Amino acid sequence: MSLELRGITKTFGSLTANDSINLRVETGQIHAILGENGAGKSTLMNIVYGLLKADSGEILVDEKFIDISEPSDALNAGIGMVHQHFMLIPVFTVAENIVLGHEKIKKLGVLDISTARDAIKKVSRDFGFEVDPDAIVETLPVGIQQKVEIIRALIYDAKVLILDEPTAVLTPQETDELLKTMQELKRKGTSIIFITHKLREVRAVADQITIIRRGKVVSAVLPTTSEGELASMMVGRAVDLAPVKHKHVIGNAILVAKDLTVRDALGTAVVKAVNFHVNAGEVLAIAGVQGNGQSELARALVNLEDHIEGSINLDGKEIKGSSIYDSLHAGIAFIPESRELDGLVSSFSIAENLILDLHDQAPYAKGLNLSANIVLSEAEKRVAEFDIRLQSVNDAVSTLSGGNKQKVVIARELSRPIKVLVASQPTRGLDVGSIEFVHERILAERDQGRGVILFSTELDEVMALADRIAVMYRGEILEIVDSGVTREELGLLMAGVVNKKASA
Amino acid sequence: MRNALSKFGQAIKLPGLSFFMAFTITGLIIAVSDAKVLAKFSSPLDFITSALASVGNAYLALFQGSVFDVNLIKDGSFIQGFYPLSETIVTATPLILTGLSVALAFKSGLFNIGAQGQFIFGAIGASYVGFNFDLPIGIHILAAALTGAIFAAIWGGIVGILKARTGAHEVILTIMMNYIAAYFILWVLKTQTFLRPGRIDPIAPEVNENARLPLLAGSGFRLNFGIFIALAAALFVWWLLTKTTIGFKFRAVGANAQAAKTAGISVPFVITSTMMICGALAGLGGAVQVLGSEYALNTDIAGSFGFDAITVALLGRAQPLGTVFAALLFGALQAGGRTMQSNTGVPLDIVQVTQALIVLFIAAPAFVRYIFKIKKMKSSAALTSKGWNG
Repeated sequence: MSLELRGITKTFGSLTANDSINLRVETGQIHAILGENGAGKSTLMNIVYGLLKADSGEILVDEKFIDISEPSDALNAGIGMVHQHFMLIPVFTVAENIVLGHEKIKKLGVLDISTARDAIKKVSRDFGFEVDPDAIVETLPVGIQQKVEIIRALIYDAKVLILDEPTAVLTPQETDELLKTMQELKRKGTSIIFITHKLREVRAVADQITIIRRGKVVSAVLPTTSEGELASMMVGRAVDLAPVKHKHVIGNAILVAKDLTVRDALGTAVVKAVNFHVNAGEVLAIAGVQGNGQSELARALVNLEDHIEGSINLDGKEIKGSSIYDSLHAGIAFIPESRELDGLVSSFSIAENLILDLHDQAPYAKGLNLSANIVLSEAEKRVAEFDIRLQSVNDAVSTLSGGNKQKVVIARELSRPIKVLVASQPTRGLDVGSIEFVHERILAERDQGRGVILFSTELDEVMALADRIAVMYRGEILEIVDSGVTREELGLLMAGVVNKKASA
Repeated sequence: MRNALSKFGQAIKLPGLSFFMAFTITGLIIAVSDAKVLAKFSSPLDFITSALASVGNAYLALFQGSVFDVNLIKDGSFIQGFYPLSETIVTATPLILTGLSVALAFKSGLFNIGAQGQFIFGAIGASYVGFNFDLPIGIHILAAALTGAIFAAIWGGIVGILKARTGAHEVILTIMMNYIAAYFILWVLKTQTFLRPGRIDPIAPEVNENARLPLLAGSGFRLNFGIFIALAAALFVWWLLTKTTIGFKFRAVGANAQAAKTAGISVPFVITSTMMICGALAGLGGAVQVLGSEYALNTDIAGSFGFDAITVALLGRAQPLGTVFAALLFGALQAGGRTMQSNTGVPLDIVQVTQALIVLFIAAPAFVRYIFKIKKMKSSAALTSKGWNG
């Protein structure tokens, strides 16, 4: 089935989210839509799926005009969508989730689950999925949950499948598996619209790439285009994908973690007696699939976790057991994993967020008094230095884009004297331009002789920035390897396979 | 200036419309509950005029009881006509203080239902120092008021420490502490220390002359220095929240405790110190009530000042100035309601209906916007505590 969009335009107030977009997806084609956050990809897909109504423009399925004003119209036309945030009920089984909204009943009003169960088995067989129809959804890994969404679309006869940022939540292994699934679907004749901002994946599977910038189609290219070219088309200027890492002398160990164990509230060790150190002027990346204890380890380094055993030595001083305040002011800059939940107070102004951990220090505070003037003037300086795009530092930080929010966090953390930077997933959810900025700042800290501990699940990021790489698996550090390691070797380590040859 | 005015207009638009609707509905209730009005049901014109007259009389009495009453002018003393306004302010004074207590807690993300209990402890402390010691003028007031505030700060602080240490929910804790306080005062009033000589009913001796707050408009009015204490407290809360590092911590924890914690702000410190300051504010309310108008501690000293405080703080959007205005309004309704009851026979309880309606409409802004077809305002940040999961 082919899908064609002609002149789709959608405005929200003064903002033109989609500006006469033309797009054609052929039968059995994987069509990637590439664009930064806020470029208008999701708006476009929500129009196709009937969640939004276009101001003007036409949608054609198999050369015939169709009218889509709500999701059921899209489903009837054979268009299915897998949302970035899954639309599944966690406590229901796979089969129950799939019949949801399409429930059929047998005699006496009994819900007919067995038909769905058979259909799931059939689709699983056809496409090589391994999904148990009776498994409770919340017990399944994220990758499998996503397959449940795909199966649901296929069972209801989707011939065009929209995948909205499907790899954002997946591990590298799960990502590879999804890409294989996509190719399998394509071979069976399903058309796929693949929305993403990850260049490597696009080049791996797409047949055709459409790049959207600020609501407009800026180019339609083939996957043979290089990553650098794709990135600069997305951002609208030349982008440095591989930041320049200057060679320089690496100093002595500045932070040493010894036999560090972190337990959760139930007493289970989520980080198990790990040992590592970071030297001044070095980036130590802690890689690993999400959920292997990295988040807890990162938080433990500033004593944010409640149950920590072992030792954390910062420049000769034991900081384990200190308060969070003392850990930060002993010289650790901390970029938390979730800027929304842990990094920022969204209803506070940008200026206030810039002093969240500095508000009772000079020059902001004199005794009890907080000097509003100095807070504002210092905020203006940070905004200029870190190129934070805003209207006024008095606006709520929630008015900023994701990239600018992260800049606020980084500007705050780097504006006090530090010895070590602990950055937890610092580029998660950011667009290419912002990622480039964050990478430059991390390397700048390294070049100025600070130790950087970078927690990241993104292999590309780890390989581009790290001097040494520690791989975490099930709460342990399996190996610490040098940056010459290959993608494949890292991938294996992240899956828990210890490869002796990879050790440094 | 124009900008500031339009901002102010925006800020009071919703409360203003809520008042309007609350008074309209109250008027309907007054009209249909008046037998004289209902008797004219057969003739529509008479029905409407008598309904309007009934409601008009009731609201006139409400005004006469709360602001100005020409009938009170005696012996050419025009000022005597303002006796109702003095009553409004006297009723509002403790409400301002308890309202601030609840409002400040809201800013730190806490729901302080405990102003009632804190008020009681403030009253007990102030009363004890007030009648039991002989101190010079000025110092006696200070000592009595401070003792009340400290008693209540400890009472509130217990909740803060329990929540900070164990994570127990402050709503449950403060409700339970209210019960304890309510029965504690019954017991205290029966002890030898507090029993007034020659009396067997639970009432404490009156506080000494030196401990009484000075009257501001002579002995003909109950208006006393307490209102200045309340206004100073409002100024203090405003200063604390907007100008100090402690207020910054309070607001940060109130808006996002997790981010505040990550930035090194001690959440247990904020919870404990907030509850202590809130306790002190409500306790000061109790002290002012004893030292300014009641003079003697009795079982009903707290009335419903601690509970109305929640409504007042909500109505004032947890802002110090807003809380002052909301408390004055409630004071006026209470004072006016009494006159309305005696002059027109409309029961005092109708005032509670009005208060409830105002809050109901304020709590459901979407409904008011729907009725008056107002677009959503940009800065109508919802006022919420952390609810049951905090």
